[in-house]
Amino acid sequence: MPADPPLLAVRDLCVSFPARGRMVPIVEHVSLDLHAGEIVGLVGESGSGKSVTAMALMGLIDSPGVRVTGSALFRGRELVGMPQRQLRRLRGRDIAMIFQDPMTAFTPVYTIGWQIDEQIRAHEKLSRHAARARTVKLLADMGVPDPAHMAQRYPHQLSGGLRQRAMIAMALSCSPALLIADEPTTALDVTVQAQILELLRRLRGTHGASILLITHDMGVVAQTCARTLVLYSGRMAETGPTEAVFDRPGHPYTAALLDAIPPLYGPRPDRLPAIDGIPPQPADRPAGCAFAPRCGHAHETCLPAPPPPVPIGPGQQAACVLPAEGTPLPPRGPMTECTA
Amino acid sequence: MVALGVLALMALASLLAPLYAHDVAHTDPFASNVAGTIMLDGREVDIMQPNDNPLHLGLSPIGPTWRAAYLLGADSQGRDVAARLLYGGRNSLLIAAGAALLCLLLAGVAGIAAGFLGGVVDTLLSRLMDIMWAVPVYLFAISLSIVMVSQSVRLGPFVLHADSLLIPVFIIALVYVPYAARPIRGRVLALRQAEFVTAARGLGVPVWRIMLRDILPNLATTLVMLGPLVMALALLAESALSFLSLGVQAPQASWGTIIQDGEGLIYTRPMVAIAPGLAIVIVVLALNILGDGLRDALDVRDSGRRAS
Amino acid sequence: MMAALLRRTGQTVLVLFGVSVLVFGVFFATPGADPTARIAGRNAAPQVMEKVRHEYGFDRPLPVQYAIMMKKLFITRDLASYANRGQAVVPEIMQAAPVTASLVCGAAVLWVTVSIFMGTLAAARKDTWVDRGLMMLGLVGISIPVFWLGQVANLLTQSRYHDTWLFSWVPGLGYVPLAQDPLGWFRALVIPWVVLAVMFIGIYSRVLRHDLVALAGEDFMRTARAKGLSPMRVLLRHGLRTSMVTFVSLFGLDFAQLAGGGALLTEVVFGLPGVGRLTYRALTMLDLPVIMATVMYSAIFVVLANAVVDVVYLFLDPRVRDAR
Repeated sequence: MPADPPLLAVRDLCVSFPARGRMVPIVEHVSLDLHAGEIVGLVGESGSGKSVTAMALMGLIDSPGVRVTGSALFRGRELVGMPQRQLRRLRGRDIAMIFQDPMTAFTPVYTIGWQIDEQIRAHEKLSRHAARARTVKLLADMGVPDPAHMAQRYPHQLSGGLRQRAMIAMALSCSPALLIADEPTTALDVTVQAQILELLRRLRGTHGASILLITHDMGVVAQTCARTLVLYSGRMAETGPTEAVFDRPGHPYTAALLDAIPPLYGPRPDRLPAIDGIPPQPADRPAGCAFAPRCGHAHETCLPAPPPPVPIGPGQQAACVLPAEGTPLPPRGPMTECTA
Repeated sequence: MVALGVLALMALASLLAPLYAHDVAHTDPFASNVAGTIMLDGREVDIMQPNDNPLHLGLSPIGPTWRAAYLLGADSQGRDVAARLLYGGRNSLLIAAGAALLCLLLAGVAGIAAGFLGGVVDTLLSRLMDIMWAVPVYLFAISLSIVMVSQSVRLGPFVLHADSLLIPVFIIALVYVPYAARPIRGRVLALRQAEFVTAARGLGVPVWRIMLRDILPNLATTLVMLGPLVMALALLAESALSFLSLGVQAPQASWGTIIQDGEGLIYTRPMVAIAPGLAIVIVVLALNILGDGLRDALDVRDSGRRAS
Repeated sequence: MMAALLRRTGQTVLVLFGVSVLVFGVFFATPGADPTARIAGRNAAPQVMEKVRHEYGFDRPLPVQYAIMMKKLFITRDLASYANRGQAVVPEIMQAAPVTASLVCGAAVLWVTVSIFMGTLAAARKDTWVDRGLMMLGLVGISIPVFWLGQVANLLTQSRYHDTWLFSWVPGLGYVPLAQDPLGWFRALVIPWVVLAVMFIGIYSRVLRHDLVALAGEDFMRTARAKGLSPMRVLLRHGLRTSMVTFVSLFGLDFAQLAGGGALLTEVVFGLPGVGRLTYRALTMLDLPVIMATVMYSAIFVVLANAVVDVVYLFLDPRVRDAR
């Protein structure tokens, strides 16, 4: 475990939006550490608050009345509450973000090359020529064929995979220390997914970038992330080294998610065990554990208040009452092939 | 909400026009009263006054008295402007509302047919709308008015007399059909893709029934949103037509005709032209605000926050 | 791109044909219309009536009448106005065109710049009093009948305040040709430009603000902000540029309608001898050939402008180029 301070240290991050007269918490008390050169996964289903967390870190939420509290230290600087002008300097240069749907993420009326040049020239004083040269090199690094010509194409003229590569190139154009990838492969075919994930894995070596990977896909997490944070209904359910989380999940939700993945070995199940019910609306979260209504292990201690995270292994925590009560979940077989 | 109040007030005032003319102002807005006199502050005053120029050449009607009789002054025929304003308001508002309703009806039929039936019907109707819209709206309305206003029109069993108010209603409704049909058609197209329609067709429900029971109710919001906007346009169009003597015909009044009456008097007795113009601005503004408010309340195309 | 252009041309021709049929139909085929009397004038002598009837083919079936009328309008261009002593109509229109062009172009420049400014400012200051105030101004602009505004403008500039420094430079009603006296041309047109632009400023600033606000939630705007660009740049370079597409297409249509004679009321109120006023004069005298010719020419103008707008659209929005 690296002993130097984390690149990104988030503590008790809370994001609330005003709705119908009161503040509805979307993200509650999320904490995570990301060290240089690491890929950390933020997992959760739709509506769990993953993207909101990322947007809050970058200060990109501009809905009127939104409230962000807690702390997010990036290289020792506090992101929460930082004035926009300073945030703008960080964005694109020290922290970059890539988005889920590359088609709509690029401005339709400008060429890819123009848009990447724009980011470069926004942060560094380069001539148009020099910026374009760097753009072409970046595209080539990302595996885009014939990068000089591709740079002159419009977003709608590229395939999904190429667009995502272009987006990653754009995000890396100023060599950011932290890359936040919001569902980077969700909109792509499976084969392209694998290529993009491979690309992301290599970035740590080639560009020295650390990645916060946001996804709903446990399989993606297993392939790429050294550490994982599982989010449920805006609250942290479990966090820890990926291998540990997958082999010995401490939170029933994590276990249920893993159960729902079709097994590669062993007898073939008739039905995939899906989790009954749906996550609660942010405005109607229960007073106690958010997962209690759907949890097979729920009992009275779960109801009064959200269980605080308790350590259940080296670097692993779960927000559940079970470990503290001496009845932790049984371990599963080794599932991961994390090449971290 | 304020807009609705203003509109209601205007409508009410116009409806009470006869009452005002008879009981409050004691003037007859339709009879020429050039030689008459009125009692002003106890003195008898000629309605047609000599001009201010040094030689006192020519006559001008009196200006606003700010009293019950001839509140806003008289026009070139010695008639009470305020009373005519209310009568004119009645006609203008009726025509605008009628045209809006008729327009929405026609555009609704065209839009539903084009959007739902698609194919040849859609192409034909859309081309027809394009062609109609190609002629500048007012020119189209003016052309139609010239042709129809000067004589009675016989449409099968219907006979529209030359100075019937229905003629401007019909013309204005017609020229704005392409304007209203486009959003209606768009909405129908979107609805057609909707799952409940596909389900209905899959179940074998006859086309006309789908149109009536499924499409029409969902179209209601679009129609309600369009209503005030079309009425505002219709009111402006009616005033323009009447201004050109092609809309409401004498002796009937409308705000447009009063503005025309006032044109010759614009430099001496501006109130004759200003009052109806202000009335139009107020009503159209209220209609636009109402339309805006409705659109904000009813527009479903909100870009919702993306689920994370 | 070529395929798209060709297809558009074909559609344009078809619509032009349709327009000509429609206009012809309105004037010559509505029930109860007697075209002969209309063209020859109300009190024409029987020989004149006969001549007219023969020349225009009113004694022959409708399609033939249509063909003859089109020939007179476009090919031989000898459509003559009988109410105005046989003056050829087409040259008259050609003479009036520059006046209308001056009026409409000047107003267009004014309304485009002001509405872009107002719309962008309102979107940038969304939901503040600046935004609400500008939008209310726009709404008022839409609600004013243009001919009435012109009258009021005249009242103020020609009569009431003519002698104050504010308006003493305003010349009398009428038009001064550009070639003859540029400054006079300008001074005569300033007030008409403003009056004509008011309504359109109202419409366009509101549309632009609405579009910009709707775009603000789009993904690419979010990306632009994530790139660390300044809000001004994001709004203008990304937001405005993208909404220009709709703006331009709307502009093209309105400009065409206006140039084609929709500015009739403004021209009349300010005494500008343009195509619009020509039409108006013809209206008051029921001079049918002139009316028909002007309406036809303006409709053609609109259709052509539509086609131009479509072509410009192809240049502005790269997605459309490959889509068809």
